[in-house]
Amino acid sequence: MIALEKRPQPSRAWAMATPVAAVLATMIAGGVLFVALGKDPLAAIETIFWEPLFGEFSFYYRPQLLVKGAPLVLIAIGLSLGFRAGIWNIGAEGQYIMGAITGAGVALAFYPMEAWYIFPLMVIAGALGGWIWAMIPAVLRVKFGTNEILVSLMLVYVAEQLLASMSLGLLKNPEGYGFPGSRNLQQYPSAYNADLIEGSGMHWGVVAALIAVIFAYVLLNRHMLGFHIRLTGEAPKAARFAGVRPARLVLFCLGTSGALAGLAGLFEVSGPSGQISIDFNAGYGFTAIIVAFLGRLHPVGILLAGLLMALTYIGGDIAQSQMGLPAAAIQVFQGMLLFFLLAFDILTNFRIRFGKAEVA
Amino acid sequence: MDLSAINPVLLLASLMVAATPILLAAIGELVVEKAGVLNLGVEGMMIVGAIAGFATAVETGSPWLGFVAAAAGGAVLSALFALLTLVALANQVASGLALTLFGLGLSALMGQSYVGVKPPAFAQLDIPVLSDLPVLGPILFAHDPVLYLGIAIVAGVWALLKYTRAGLILRAVGENHDAAHALGYKVVRIRLLAILAGGACAGLGGAYISLVRVPQWTEGMTAGAGWIALALVVFASWKPWRVLLGAWLFGGITVLQLNLQAAGVAIPVEYLAMSPYLVTILVLVILSADKSSAPASLGRNFHAST
Amino acid sequence: MSVPLLSIQGLTKAYPGVVANDHVSFDIQEGEVHALLGENGAGKSTLVKMIYGLVKPDSGRMLLRGEPFAPAQPRAARADGIAMVFQHFSLFEALSVAENIALGMEDPPPMRDLATRIREVSETYGLPLDPFRVVGDLSAGERQRVEIIRCLLQQPQLLIMDEPTSVLTPQEVKILFETLRRLRGEGRSILYISHKLEEIRALCDHATILRQGRNVGECTPSETTAREMAEMMVGGILQTPRRAGREFGAVALDVTGLSVPSPSAFGTALKNVHFAVRRGEVLGIGGVAGNGQDELLAVLSGEIPADADAVRLNDVPVGHLGPVARRRLGLLAAPEERLGHAAAPDMTLTENALLTGSVREKLERNGFIRWEAARAFAERIIAAFDVRTPGPDNAARSLSGGNLQKFVIGREVLQDPVVLVVNQPTWGVDAAAAAAIRQALLDLAAQGTAVVCISQDLDELMEISDRFAALNEGRLSAPRPTAELSVEEIGLMMGGAHGMEVAHV
Repeated sequence: MIALEKRPQPSRAWAMATPVAAVLATMIAGGVLFVALGKDPLAAIETIFWEPLFGEFSFYYRPQLLVKGAPLVLIAIGLSLGFRAGIWNIGAEGQYIMGAITGAGVALAFYPMEAWYIFPLMVIAGALGGWIWAMIPAVLRVKFGTNEILVSLMLVYVAEQLLASMSLGLLKNPEGYGFPGSRNLQQYPSAYNADLIEGSGMHWGVVAALIAVIFAYVLLNRHMLGFHIRLTGEAPKAARFAGVRPARLVLFCLGTSGALAGLAGLFEVSGPSGQISIDFNAGYGFTAIIVAFLGRLHPVGILLAGLLMALTYIGGDIAQSQMGLPAAAIQVFQGMLLFFLLAFDILTNFRIRFGKAEVA
Repeated sequence: MDLSAINPVLLLASLMVAATPILLAAIGELVVEKAGVLNLGVEGMMIVGAIAGFATAVETGSPWLGFVAAAAGGAVLSALFALLTLVALANQVASGLALTLFGLGLSALMGQSYVGVKPPAFAQLDIPVLSDLPVLGPILFAHDPVLYLGIAIVAGVWALLKYTRAGLILRAVGENHDAAHALGYKVVRIRLLAILAGGACAGLGGAYISLVRVPQWTEGMTAGAGWIALALVVFASWKPWRVLLGAWLFGGITVLQLNLQAAGVAIPVEYLAMSPYLVTILVLVILSADKSSAPASLGRNFHAST
Repeated sequence: MSVPLLSIQGLTKAYPGVVANDHVSFDIQEGEVHALLGENGAGKSTLVKMIYGLVKPDSGRMLLRGEPFAPAQPRAARADGIAMVFQHFSLFEALSVAENIALGMEDPPPMRDLATRIREVSETYGLPLDPFRVVGDLSAGERQRVEIIRCLLQQPQLLIMDEPTSVLTPQEVKILFETLRRLRGEGRSILYISHKLEEIRALCDHATILRQGRNVGECTPSETTAREMAEMMVGGILQTPRRAGREFGAVALDVTGLSVPSPSAFGTALKNVHFAVRRGEVLGIGGVAGNGQDELLAVLSGEIPADADAVRLNDVPVGHLGPVARRRLGLLAAPEERLGHAAAPDMTLTENALLTGSVREKLERNGFIRWEAARAFAERIIAAFDVRTPGPDNAARSLSGGNLQKFVIGREVLQDPVVLVVNQPTWGVDAAAAAAIRQALLDLAAQGTAVVCISQDLDELMEISDRFAALNEGRLSAPRPTAELSVEEIGLMMGGAHGMEVAHV
């Protein structure tokens, strides 16, 4: 029989090793899945994990890694602050949409004027849009004790409807021949979030993601606020005893994650995507949850996890076009990754002993 | 706009239909939460149930087998959740989210070849005599069997929790798992059974969407119904009959906004479509002041050595 | 001699890093009250869990009336006539008395019949109880009745009681002892676990003494002095704390008209609490668990806000301030629950030192943490209070109860408080650590700190406090000098047997 025995303290070695083990297990289970779909598993794994980085067209795919990784990292960093404190914002997808709408809204309000201050204003508006959307569950939780998980999630559906309404109505391109969707901001120089170095994939969103990583690292490791966030997650009663005000923490964590998700939406709509459209959101807000956990809620871990997840997106696209691997297979793949991670996590806090069973 | 196009009898009849998926999912989740487990994966279990039921019904031509497969599919997915939270002691919130993300992907993969297919229809279970009653007949007595099954499950859960020893033990485990363990009850086994039952109910709810309510398969077709079901359990303060009431309320709002859309009311479609979600938030706010009826061990993991 | 009811022969149970029971052997006769005596951590709980089928022994055996007895689970033990009243964790607050009792039975009769039987049994044994009340609303003594009746309904041959008097007033203890004597008169046996020597002398026929998992002696309590038993239990000679003669200074903490609603559904509201503590004085606050102790600590620490003027520190109103602001002014506190409230279990000792030390020890600058200083503070606590740990990088939960408690108390003592409030400072702590903690509190008072010690251990309060007051249903009695008080008077201050329905025997 197998018995679990709590470690006197969490194992650091396992805390580092579990994400790696989870990735390996997912590759194996994914391979089985690919076989079931009638694909060569080794070729599929190679296409997903090797091709984008070192394959023939890697010059094209490598910048994509930054383009897809930046919003994931940006959102996941914000989420990780709350997750550490037991504050569950799972509506980042909605905040991402709202950031894009408000940011693009500012740009389109100025159109066709050209000025240096338009892009900074868009950035502020994007962050603000996401922030406000996240403050709804935050304020409801603080004032009425409403469950923030359900409220933030419901607001995703509301935001999706708003997005549809915007692309069909208020923000619709008047010169778009009646097609839904806004003007393309890539053709509006003052609003375009272009690559900082041509062809590198390095746009302002990537810069913002890196700043967010550093900011979160300093906050969590050097600052009392970060200490209080961790303390609240570990032992809420001890946090109150230490003097943490739970309400402030809820407002801070949800607000920050909303603002970062909003920024991610703004950088996406003004850059790689270019326009507000009905299917603008691609699920980054949900995938970022996986990224946050895969990175063990640690800023550096999230950076790496974000890049890995971006890789599966790109590799999945390649596998789709080259091998006919269904797009949903990658979604399953990502879901499995989170499963394995949560399952292996037990090794951080428990030792597995083989031997006589305890009476349960 | 033409409000007279809305027939109140048909509206109430379709309310019952619209309420059934969230009713099934919510009553299952109620059992799970009564046992002290918070499974946020309802949405994932529903959508997997939706496709499992749809595919089986299409392949076998039997909607009954479809519902059986849906329950099995939901239960299998919930078994993964049970493995994570009961054996690997993973965080219940994170595991529930994982279940939903995984379920959405898995269902999309399973459902690729079923887009646009028409499923076999249920024969309506017109209750003789009663279904011929004016007004009440079409509202209450002319529906498919699964709708009645849903109401029967609510009654069954109510009786189970209130009158039976099994129900008492289930509540005891949700209230204080350490005490239940000290008295010799198998906490893990009881929770496993509750989770599986919840998964099966969520699966049935999902299949009801794809086989009866819509009826066809599209990706992500549950569209948050699982989350509304979760909200419904809070709304109902963990009481079975209030789940039924809540489900009818949400069903009513859904049907009403669809009817208003069809009637061409001057409110844009998108704003009508967001109304069920906004109402959910509103109801949560009004009812979240009172949490005293929540099971005391809800969301806490159990490990025998501690 | 007849065949013993239960014969325990060489039971051994080891957990990683500790041998909880090491070849323990003794016999329990029919119709005797057998005491199992030992300090916290001596292995009493593990032993009774083996008898009750919750834990399986590594080796050794048990004989029930001469037959081999190895219960695989509590159900099996109950079927063989063994019942247990737990110290903690065995009632369901949101369920009714009858439901709680039904859960502890194999084949409970229908609710209505069960309610009737509960009434009958409770009247017979002088333990009145309403079967339809919700357990969360009962007092600690009444809850214990629920457990006892749950056991009695099964007609047990052996009743195990784990520290049953820790939640009772002296008057309630008397009632309990009456019941237990009556059970003995019916020929039933009782295994009575305690570390309270006077109780054992008053009640028990025979005692087995455990120390560090081993059986270190047996005695007949009525023929043995409390001191002799204590020395067997501790394995050495106990030091009683030294009380230096102290002068009391000005009033440091003044609480007037403090009323606070209960923060949780089954908590206790504080009602019009008054008291004042002077510099150099130790005020002891007694009372049965659940009468507002946790709430009082939380109001004084700043976790629950109150009216500004209800709590005054050096004549400055502080009732409205949060914990951080109060610490800055010198009002420090140490709550009862070590793991999870006073300390974060998975965080290191350095981080736990920072938890309350950040302001007074200047462990932060402009919000940024000075980790070197925090670590140095943790090391100072470890050194000054003899905390046994490899170092400040270890997690709080890796420490034993006594060591963590020394760390928690030491953390506050070293911050040079004006007022220190502690709740249950030595609960579940071994005798040596308890003595060290009490000494530290007395030394702190001698330096001019006003100390408020909330405790359910009357002996402890008698030992260290200058004045004594008792909490009863959220009300505090007027403090009186400890030296003038008799046990009877203390019992009455704690509410006597009040709060429980009176027994009509």
